[in-house]
Amino acid sequence: MEERLLMKGNEAIGEAAIHAGCRYYFGYPITPQSELIAYMAKRLLKIKGATFIQAESEIAAINMVYGASAAGGRVMTSSSSPGISLKQEGISYLACAELPCVIVNIMRGGPGLGSIQPAQGDYFQATKGGGHGDYHLIVFAPSSVQELVDLTIRAFSLADKYRNPAMILGDGLLGQMMEPVQFKEFDEKNIPSKEDWALGSSHGRKPRRIVPFDLDPNELEKIVNKLGQKYQDMQKEVEYEVVNIDNPDIVIVAYGSIARIVKTTIQKAKQEGINIGLVRPITLYPFPYAAIEEVANKVDKFLVTEMSLGQMVEDVKLAVKGKSQVSFYGRTGGVVISPIEILQEVKKLLD
Amino acid sequence: MLDEIIIAGFGGQGILLMGRLIAHAGMLEGKHVAWMPSYGPEMRGGTANCTVIISSEEVASPVVPNPLSLIAMNLPSLDKFEPLVEKGGTIIVNQSLISRNIYRDDVEVVKVPANDIANELGNLRVANMVALGSYIAKSKSVKMQTVFEALEQTLGKGSEKIIELNKEALKRGEKIIIG
Repeated sequence: MEERLLMKGNEAIGEAAIHAGCRYYFGYPITPQSELIAYMAKRLLKIKGATFIQAESEIAAINMVYGASAAGGRVMTSSSSPGISLKQEGISYLACAELPCVIVNIMRGGPGLGSIQPAQGDYFQATKGGGHGDYHLIVFAPSSVQELVDLTIRAFSLADKYRNPAMILGDGLLGQMMEPVQFKEFDEKNIPSKEDWALGSSHGRKPRRIVPFDLDPNELEKIVNKLGQKYQDMQKEVEYEVVNIDNPDIVIVAYGSIARIVKTTIQKAKQEGINIGLVRPITLYPFPYAAIEEVANKVDKFLVTEMSLGQMVEDVKLAVKGKSQVSFYGRTGGVVISPIEILQEVKKLLD
Repeated sequence: MLDEIIIAGFGGQGILLMGRLIAHAGMLEGKHVAWMPSYGPEMRGGTANCTVIISSEEVASPVVPNPLSLIAMNLPSLDKFEPLVEKGGTIIVNQSLISRNIYRDDVEVVKVPANDIANELGNLRVANMVALGSYIAKSKSVKMQTVFEALEQTLGKGSEKIIELNKEALKRGEKIIIG
């Protein structure tokens, strides 16, 4: 068995990225993810051939990601909510140019400069595109430090597979907490070759260009339709966890750190004879519509809990297709929902 | 086995390290652990606190509204967290800095003159380890020997003198409980 290490979420993402062969990192510090950029600085500068740059801004950093990815490198950037907003133009360019990379968002309270405490208000931004134009990111929602590791590694792999940016959507709670983690063996031979498309020396072959545009509408439509087909293909990568789903009184849908808190609610409810089920999307894009619909065929009450005014709840309603009643409970501003609050909400709905 | 602990005090008292050592020791003993710090502007010179969960089961919520144990290293921390401790829980109080009595009559209270003992050992900075020693002895959530191991792994080579001093402080804290 691999050694267990006690690691902070932010640092675990960094180590996972390096473990998965990431050798290029560009970023700009912001709470509550600054330990990640600090970790990358400490580690990458010691690896021969690797590059770490603390850029002059988030915008500069995401464009450096574009360059490194176009050259065929495994590359990552990270930030927290307001910084991710700044990156959106560059993310849209990466999507159009079909450049793989991993973007980490350790969410904090918003909108605006908001607060530095945990929140989940960037769900729409992450899952519906975020920047301009027709595109999606592959979005993962880890709920433990171990999952931060496993899903960061998976994000690199899927980004390469689909030549599309992937996002790790965590929050301040996950970034700051420490838990034991293990790193499974990773063979760098599994990283696909990018020689057939990446830039580099064009000696002996035709020069290439990687650009995020085509001024001929018919040509651009072909590019966009190709992206559309890719998003269809990606649907098979959907991942989710279900807990206690046999005959529950109510099902809660929650992701990330809030799903952990819901698990405590489930334990407390059991002591009072209330049976709560949980569906936890692990990928937010693609979203587990089919899995939730299947549950809706058997259970007539859903509660969605998020640290937002209600964003994922819209996707849950789409999944449920009116077959069950869907309610919402959320806190915002950086307030973390307590397990007892959720239990009280459940009791109200079951009355 | 389950303990949910909040440790609180001034920034600079080594609050976060106390929590990390419990979590690290728990991990070494094969238990499930989670450590969550308070973070934000209040940490600079103000109060600091962290939550540690140590369990034989998988840890669900890393946020604990009502801890089973509280280690209060100063008065503002006691004021803030005393009302939240679970009925039947334990409060470890740093008697050197907290002169008031505990209002709650449904919890167990352990008074530890942590700063005074640390001063006797010649370094005020190990007051945190004195209080931690008492907590470990009282809760038995991890073995003292494992905390020593966690301490060695955390501080690393070249810190032998500091490690010895910290161990001494842990033992003095333990002695308050086991006599």
